[in-house]
Amino acid sequence: MMKMRDAMRVVDQYRGGAFVIAAHAARGGWADVSHNKELDLSMAGAMGKSSSLALGVALAKPGRKVILFNGDGALLMNLGTLVTEAQQAPPNLCHIVLENGLYATTGGQPIPGKDRVDFAGMARSAGYRRVFRFDDLEEFASKASEIFTQPGLTFLCLRVEPEIETRPINQRPNRPKPPFQTYRALKERL
Amino acid sequence: MAQETLRPTTILDELKKNGVTHIVWLPDSETNFMFQAMTSQRDIHLVSVCREGEALAIAAGLWMGGKTPVVMIQNTGLFESGDSVRGLGLDVGLPVVMFIGYRGWTRHGVTPDSAARFLEPILHTWGISYYLLESDADVPRISEALAEAGRAQKPVAVLVGKEYG
Repeated sequence: MMKMRDAMRVVDQYRGGAFVIAAHAARGGWADVSHNKELDLSMAGAMGKSSSLALGVALAKPGRKVILFNGDGALLMNLGTLVTEAQQAPPNLCHIVLENGLYATTGGQPIPGKDRVDFAGMARSAGYRRVFRFDDLEEFASKASEIFTQPGLTFLCLRVEPEIETRPINQRPNRPKPPFQTYRALKERL
Repeated sequence: MAQETLRPTTILDELKKNGVTHIVWLPDSETNFMFQAMTSQRDIHLVSVCREGEALAIAAGLWMGGKTPVVMIQNTGLFESGDSVRGLGLDVGLPVVMFIGYRGWTRHGVTPDSAARFLEPILHTWGISYYLLESDADVPRISEALAEAGRAQKPVAVLVGKEYG
């Protein structure tokens, strides 16, 4: 199992000009690691729907790589997204699931199917052709070039250590900025 | 009688006239009559979803990327999409038109279907304006809805009141 920020540093090395969405429990980690915050969206609302948002951007901007950090609990809230993504198959979309087996932002309760659900297997069954899963940081880092430089709709499951948040929502760092202005500013940059 | 007909080509022509690029869609009996026409043209891309809550989020991404999507779902699907409407429609100020199949709509009688009875009160609660679409004569309302969404920078609904038109 990896530390979330260590895995994110590997992704950051290869992101280039990618638009990156960090959803829910990934937000704080990615804010610490990213070197191109002008092209980052920290997403907190509409839980489970970050993958659908990422798909829309990828379809609209085929010339720009789109990377999503999703949570395993968030993916379970919108599993049909895997089928929708595979059906549309934008080659510029990389859907990363940070598998920690729990709802990190609500106090660390286990997700349904913890340690039984095979997210990579579900992605394959949904129609994804490029599917990767890593427990080990060194192994992930050694394959990262292949994963991020070759085109094609990609699903990447990374087993990470939980970072459980127990502070009340309004006392947490990295609170998302007002969405009305944030989304418009990013729209201009894309 | 011609005015009572609601033809898919009339709707699609109105969407094309307004520069709509994508229809994000989950089939329902009210917009079923659109299927053949939507899939046999190439000017507007069709994005099929598995559940309606995906639709507004995909539309938000398309809009961020500079496209002009519309969403096409049933009222039951709008209820399922509540958090997407809140988080990505209203909070973001997404200028998108949602075509909503008005299941249970009866212009002249009682409406026993709760899917119909709850629809307009919920749209009022969210502050989402809506236009009724029942025949070709109503189609210019689509342009009005798109214009209002752009002006107000928020979602606007077009209620499709003709089942299996």
